[in-house]
Formats: sequence, structure tokens, C-alpha cells
Amino acid sequence: MATTVSRSTQSRGAKGPSTRKIVVTILQYALLIFLALIFLLPFYLIVRNGLAAETDITSPNWTFFPKALHFENIQELFSDPEVPFLDGVTNSAIIGVLQTLGQIFISAIAGYGLARIPYRYSNQVFYSVLLTLMIPFVVIFVPVYVIVSYLGWVSTLQGLVVPGIFSGFTTFLFRQFFLSFPHELEEAGRVDGLGYWGIFWRIVVPNSYGIFAALGVITFISSWNAFLWPLVIGQDPSAWTVQVVLSNFLNAQVLNLHELFIGTAIAILPLLIIFFFLQRYIVEGYKQSGLKG
Amino acid sequence: MESLSTTSPAETLTASQEQKESIQRIRQRSFRTTLVFWSFVGPLVLGLIVFFFIPIVWSIVLSFATARATITPSSFVGLQNYREMLGDPDFTKALATFTIFALLIVPTTFLCALGLALLVNSIKVAQGFFRSVFFLPTACSYVLASIVWKMSIFNGTFYGLANTFRHIIGLDAIAWISSPTPPYYWVVLVTVRLWLQLGIYMIIFIAGLQEIPRELYEAASIDGARRGWQTFRYITVPLLRNSSLAVLLLNVIAAFQAFDEFFNIMTGGNQILARPPLVYIYNVALSNQDYGHGSAGAMILTLIIIIFTLLQGRFLGFGKAD
Repeated sequence: MATTVSRSTQSRGAKGPSTRKIVVTILQYALLIFLALIFLLPFYLIVRNGLAAETDITSPNWTFFPKALHFENIQELFSDPEVPFLDGVTNSAIIGVLQTLGQIFISAIAGYGLARIPYRYSNQVFYSVLLTLMIPFVVIFVPVYVIVSYLGWVSTLQGLVVPGIFSGFTTFLFRQFFLSFPHELEEAGRVDGLGYWGIFWRIVVPNSYGIFAALGVITFISSWNAFLWPLVIGQDPSAWTVQVVLSNFLNAQVLNLHELFIGTAIAILPLLIIFFFLQRYIVEGYKQSGLKG
Repeated sequence: MESLSTTSPAETLTASQEQKESIQRIRQRSFRTTLVFWSFVGPLVLGLIVFFFIPIVWSIVLSFATARATITPSSFVGLQNYREMLGDPDFTKALATFTIFALLIVPTTFLCALGLALLVNSIKVAQGFFRSVFFLPTACSYVLASIVWKMSIFNGTFYGLANTFRHIIGLDAIAWISSPTPPYYWVVLVTVRLWLQLGIYMIIFIAGLQEIPRELYEAASIDGARRGWQTFRYITVPLLRNSSLAVLLLNVIAAFQAFDEFFNIMTGGNQILARPPLVYIYNVALSNQDYGHGSAGAMILTLIIIIFTLLQGRFLGFGKAD
């Protein structure tokens, strides 16, 4: 009895994939390809509209491919006196780099201090940092704006950068990472006569590239894509980031769709390049942090 | 050798001196530890005091005061700002808008992200490729996506993509954004957020799926469970509990912070149709320069979001992981 059962399962297993399984697989791939095309469509629309003539975009007979590609749209956008696009890109790049370096540096050292230095009130300090995780930055934008305008930082670079470099969340993630850093490596440094700073720079940092890359990359992305804070602080057009420039352009009276879309394409390009090369770290960063505000 | 147990008076003296010195050394060392601790943690704490704790305290003060076009309180009015905010139909409408938005976006995001994760996780070839494609939109900002949604896909004119498609199948064009009834603008607002954030939640679900031990499915099939619904219902769902809670709560908190797409898509006369709390507070505090009411509104939002975050902490054990 037992042998017949096992023989029958064996023969079923040896028959190879059933037709039902093949059909399911084909359907799965068909669905995935369909969904992938839908997910990629907005990117295509940005490029299509950005390189089309205005009449192609607003034509009643919508065509998938524009009649001709107009690369001169790029030049037109950069030389449009109504749209401070180059300033916006420059501001975003400066803010993104400074905010990322600042936030990663301050969070990493604070995370290490909280994880490793046996200070008597270390736990109390850690709890006060955790307290800040409960309230997302954008929810208290009015209070922070009040302080920043008291400091006279409205429409300045420091007003755009500095409030964003103190992150309880990034600090928390660094602390959790450093808690599991191998003690033996640090002990070896201590034997060599290194202090906490020496151990941090010479031993911990060189062995933690992964977390620095992951958190650095998602900090840069969220800084480049930020909108509410730059909108609130950048009241003078010279302090607009690329997101604020495009938002103003979107809601301007006179609309110039091909310029708007080529601007959108240029604004997303740096991030697509980052995604192409650093996707591994981005996925890791999002997995660590869930969703970074 | 025997002096180990019996100590001469002179030895006692040196011993107590040594003890004193060692206490001093310990004190010195703990002072140095304090110093080095603050050299690591000080910058962050200072920044959080200036850009988190002081703003909140100042804002609590302002919320009990009249502060129009000034950031220093002119006269204290007690709870009046709070009463006026909660009695303001626009503010309560903003809270209602958030509730509707959350009821629309949270279940759709949850189901679509879970579906995508299951689909991507079930194939063998090109899994990484499809994951990348669905993850790619997270590179895009809400502003840029709003431009595409408002000006291209859901453009209310005949040249919008959705209307072109409707025209092909013989239907009339729809004013997607400005039509108050039926509220088509929710289609625009929900799909733009779905496109932008499904990738992240899909990643969280895939990570959860990959943690489920394969042996469980094998054991179930030996026990006679049919692949598909039964294994999904009795293995996948219970073991995805943590990922599911993470996705749900992160989603609610993210919906609560919605500003960018509402601000950009609904500007131009349609803002009144769907104005979430943050957009309303932006209008009160920055367009009208009324920091007293703006602060009161911010404090009400802060309280609501603290409740959600505490729920999240309760379910996920956030911050207790040491």
C-alpha cells in the first residue's frame, strides 16, 4: 500500500511541469509585462512631451511618437528668463550634497556615541532622540519656520540646509547598526592605543561602507525631492530648488508644456542615474528605514 | 608574604591614599567619558533642541496667543485658537479630506503592493528586472509626478492621455481635476501616490515573503494542502503579519503628511475640493501670516500623529530593539 502511494507521487513528480503550470507561468509574465509598461509609461510621457513641439503635445490627434524630436527645447528652457531653472538645479545640487554630508556625519557620530560610549545618562539622551521620531518634520513645519525666520534664515542656504541635517531617525538607524558592530575589532584598536574618535574613524567607518552608502543615498534622494520645506523657506526665486521652480512653472499663467516637461526630464535624470548604479543600497536603505519622511 | 593578611598602619595609610587616588582617577575618567560622549552626541542634541524642541515649545506658546504677521505672541487668548480651529469648517473639512484619502489610499496600496510582491516573488526568471521597474518610480518626486498626472495623463482637455483613451472607446472627455461631482480628482490623487510609493511597500513585502521558511510550504503540501489559496491563507498571511502592519501604519502616517501632490495638482481654483490638513495649515500660517491659528492647527495634527506613531510602536516594537 505504502509503496504504491510513494510510486504514484514519484511518477507524478517525474512527469515534469504540467500544462496548467505552463499556462500559469505565461499568464504571470504577461501580467508582469503589462504592469511594467504601465509603470514605465509616465517616464516615457516626460521624455515624449519634453522633446516634442508644443503643437504635437496639444494636438487633438494624440500620437504615441511625436512627429519630430526637438532637442533645442533644452536650450530654450535654460535661456528662458521667466524660469530660473539653472538656479534651481544648482540650488538643489548644493543643498542635496550639504544636507547628505551633514546629516550622515552628525547622525553617524551621534549613533556611535549612543551605541558605545558608557556615559551615565546615555539612555536618557537616547530616549529624547527617540521622542523626535514620533513627530515627522513636515507636521511641525510652521513651528520650525517660526524659529528659522526668527534667526533671519528665510530664503538663505543655511535656512534650507541646516534644519534638515538633524535626524533622529538616521541616528537611530546608525545606532542600531553600530550596536551589532563586532567588539573584537574595536578592542584591537583600543590595544593599539586609540581613543573613541580614533577607533571610530580608523576602524568603524572603514568597515561600515554599506550602511553609509545606503543611508547616504536615500538622504540625498529625499533632499533632492523635498518640496514643502523648500517651498516655505525659499520665498525669493533665487533660493528656489528645482522642485519649487517646476511647481511654480506648473501653476504659472502662461503654460509652456514642452519646456515644463523637458525641465521635468532634467530634474529626474540625476536620480535615475543614481538608481541605475546604486539600487542595491537604495533598496537596503528603504528596507532599514521603512519609509523615510 | 604573610603581610598579605596582616597590614601595618603605614600600609593602611598608603592603601587609603591609593583608594583616594583611584577614586580621583575614576572621576577623571568619567569626566573624560562625559566629554567624549558629548563630542559625539552633542551636535545632534544641540540641533534637535534648536530645530525640534524649541519650535514645539514656542509653538505651544503661540497656539495660546494672538500672533498675526508676527512670530512673537502679542496677547494670550487661552484655548480660543484651538476652539476656533476645531470649530472652523475648513479645518474639520481638511481632517475629513484626510480621512477619505486614507480610506482610499491605504487599502489600495496595501493590496496592490502585496499583489505585486507575490507576483514578483513567484517567478524565477527576470525577478530582479521586474522589481527594479516597479521600484523605479520611487526616484521621482511628488512634484514631477504631479506634473505628468495633471498635464499629461489626466489633463482635462481632449489631448490628455486618459481622455484620448476614452475618445477611442467612444466616451466623452472628463474634467478629471476640476469636476466636483463625481469626484474624479480622487482617481488622480490616488493613482499618482500609488505609482510613486508601491515600489517601497512591495520591497517590504518581498523582504517579509523571503523570510518565510520554504519548509513550511513543503510540509503543508505533504499534509495535503492545495497550493494557492490554502497555503496563502494559512501560511503566507499569518507569517506576513509584521510586514503587513508595517505597511499599513507607515502608509497611514505617510498619508497624513500628504501635501505635495494636493498642493500641485489641485492649485488653480480646485484646492477647495480636496485640501488635506497640511495644505490648510500652509494657507493659514504662510498665506495669511496667522501664526497663532497655524500653531494651534500644527499642535492638533501633532497630537493625532503621535497617537498613530504610538500605535505603530506598539505593534512593531519600534525603538525597543536593543
